[in-house]
Amino acid sequence: MSIKIKLFANFREGRGKIVEMDYTPGMTGQDVIDSLGITAPEIAALIVDGVDGKVDAMLAVPIKEDGYMAIFPPVAGG
Amino acid sequence: MFGYMGKILRVNLTTNEVTTEDLDFELAKKYIGGRGLGTKLYMDEVDPQVDPFAAENKIVFINGPLSGTATPTGGRYMVVTKSPLTGCIASSNSGGEWGAYLKYAGYDAIIIEGKASLPVYINIDEDKVEILPALDLWGKYTTEASDLLAEKQPGSKVLTIGPAGEKLSQMAAIMNEKDRAAGRSGVGAVMGSKNLKAITVKGNLKPEIANVEGLKAVTKECRAMLKENGVTGGGLPTYGTAVLVNIINEHGVYPTKNFQEGVDPDAEAVSGETMTEKYLIKRNPCHHCPIGCGRWVKSDKSPDGIGGPEYETLWVFAGDLGIDDMEVVIDANYWCNELGLDTISAGATLAAAMELYQRGYITDEMLDDDVILKFGNAESVVHWLKKMGNREGFGDLLARGSYRLADFFGVPEYSMSVKKQDLPAYDPRGIQGMGLQYATSNRGGCHVRGYLISPEILGLPEKLDRFDLSGKEVWAKVFQDLTAVIDSTGLCLFTSFALGAQQYADMLNEVLGTEWTAEDVLLAGERIWNLEKLFNLEAGISPEEDTLPPRLLEEAMPDGPTKGWVHKLDELLPLYYKERGWDEDGIPTEERLEKLGLL
Repeated sequence: MSIKIKLFANFREGRGKIVEMDYTPGMTGQDVIDSLGITAPEIAALIVDGVDGKVDAMLAVPIKEDGYMAIFPPVAGG
Repeated sequence: MFGYMGKILRVNLTTNEVTTEDLDFELAKKYIGGRGLGTKLYMDEVDPQVDPFAAENKIVFINGPLSGTATPTGGRYMVVTKSPLTGCIASSNSGGEWGAYLKYAGYDAIIIEGKASLPVYINIDEDKVEILPALDLWGKYTTEASDLLAEKQPGSKVLTIGPAGEKLSQMAAIMNEKDRAAGRSGVGAVMGSKNLKAITVKGNLKPEIANVEGLKAVTKECRAMLKENGVTGGGLPTYGTAVLVNIINEHGVYPTKNFQEGVDPDAEAVSGETMTEKYLIKRNPCHHCPIGCGRWVKSDKSPDGIGGPEYETLWVFAGDLGIDDMEVVIDANYWCNELGLDTISAGATLAAAMELYQRGYITDEMLDDDVILKFGNAESVVHWLKKMGNREGFGDLLARGSYRLADFFGVPEYSMSVKKQDLPAYDPRGIQGMGLQYATSNRGGCHVRGYLISPEILGLPEKLDRFDLSGKEVWAKVFQDLTAVIDSTGLCLFTSFALGAQQYADMLNEVLGTEWTAEDVLLAGERIWNLEKLFNLEAGISPEEDTLPPRLLEEAMPDGPTKGWVHKLDELLPLYYKERGWDEDGIPTEERLEKLGLL
């Protein structure tokens, strides 16, 4: 089974839009960003399986089998 | 007098009189400038019950004390008048260069009154101010009018309306430097109602600065903060405001098909990442702006490219219409600029029309078997925008905006607007604080009166639970008050992604010679907010209009990460009124007004 990691803005550089990873039970967002070479302070917003929250808290949430994460650097506009 | 030029220009288009008046420095400091001072000057002279299109209505063009200084982004101006779209106070803001050049010409503000008998434009070259015939410009699109004016007045910055303003569309914008817009609330139609096509301005004057060395130091500090900030130094310069498409969509709050859904599966096609990869030619920054979020993109309209769409424009001509084609959006943006239309309201009116077609209110016969206004029909967008801006056929009804369109069919609930002004690109069912802000905005549906997207979605300055109501009334008030301050300084709101109230106070102090604290400037912001509220009340805008479209209060979001949610305005609104020190009916109390120096 695999999970899907959606990357945005400059996080795509050298990584692509979507990264698929093998799923291992209990894996968290922290495991994912470690393997992608992204650090928590670089992240402004994070969605795990459709749920968003404070980055540090979301990085500790286990990802579902067949789940997904969306990772955003600081972005804004209006 | 530091910071200000000390002069207000008054132009009466009925009598052709041109006069100047001294600026009241104490009054200016109390309301700062821009949105605050412009509203005060306007309210002191105009009956709030005035018909926006009457000769008795006036229109104020005003910069701020930081405009034309070395401060970052100090080139903006504000247009203040009564909105023909909402009936509320209108203060519509634009970037580019024009605002700074008004200051270089020696003026803090222009007050325009009366109505010309034939089309005219105003030319300002410092002390030389002329009212000149504009018959040859009337009916011209923005680019052609601007080019003709640039030939007539070499070296001047040009502000103009397009056909939509001339024909009194309630969604008409005022354009400057061709592709910068004071877009919202129909201010272009007020110019049109006065037969005023354009204002050209130039000059070489500069404001006196209270503390030149101090200003250099604080400007350097603020520029460094903007450069080091991930948003103003990274995301915005690289991707523009379009970078929001994906993050808003991923949270399930990207209004799709007139707010019937919250996720657009094909949004990537109009994202900032796609624009940067396939369409971007270069950045297109405003005056003295180190951020440079403006885009210059490829288009078949010009081999050199054209001004590109912002996030709100991308959303409204893509997700909101069920079309995800970047070239359609770039084209629609171009035509809105040429016609002088607010992209948000023009696109949202097409979205409302498409829902009215979907539900059988608009029929093929009504459209004279013309191009069908149907979600997903890319061919309809520019076709109907042109008819809207030129008020041709069914386009005449579209030109009145979504509320009047839906109300014509007896179903105003299909207009996704607040106080008749269309909502921007964030569905408040999944952003509870933003919904409160929409409902209470003094100019109707608007995202730039208190951008709670920052904490609720983007995690700036900290991440809030977007569904939780607790404390949102406090956040809404602080964001609204700070925004009123920034809008009054002459700076861009985007600086607030990196700067706080203290930095704005510091810049104002060095320019004006004041000793304001962060609390002082926030109090000025609250004063401005309450002043606008007083205008609206006197204009007959009831607090009952502090609400949201029924869909957002009653229909749960059907799918995506916001599935099942409605907006809980009934719980938040009483808390907000209390936080503002207003009574339970949403009326400012005498005690609060006295504290704010408004009695």
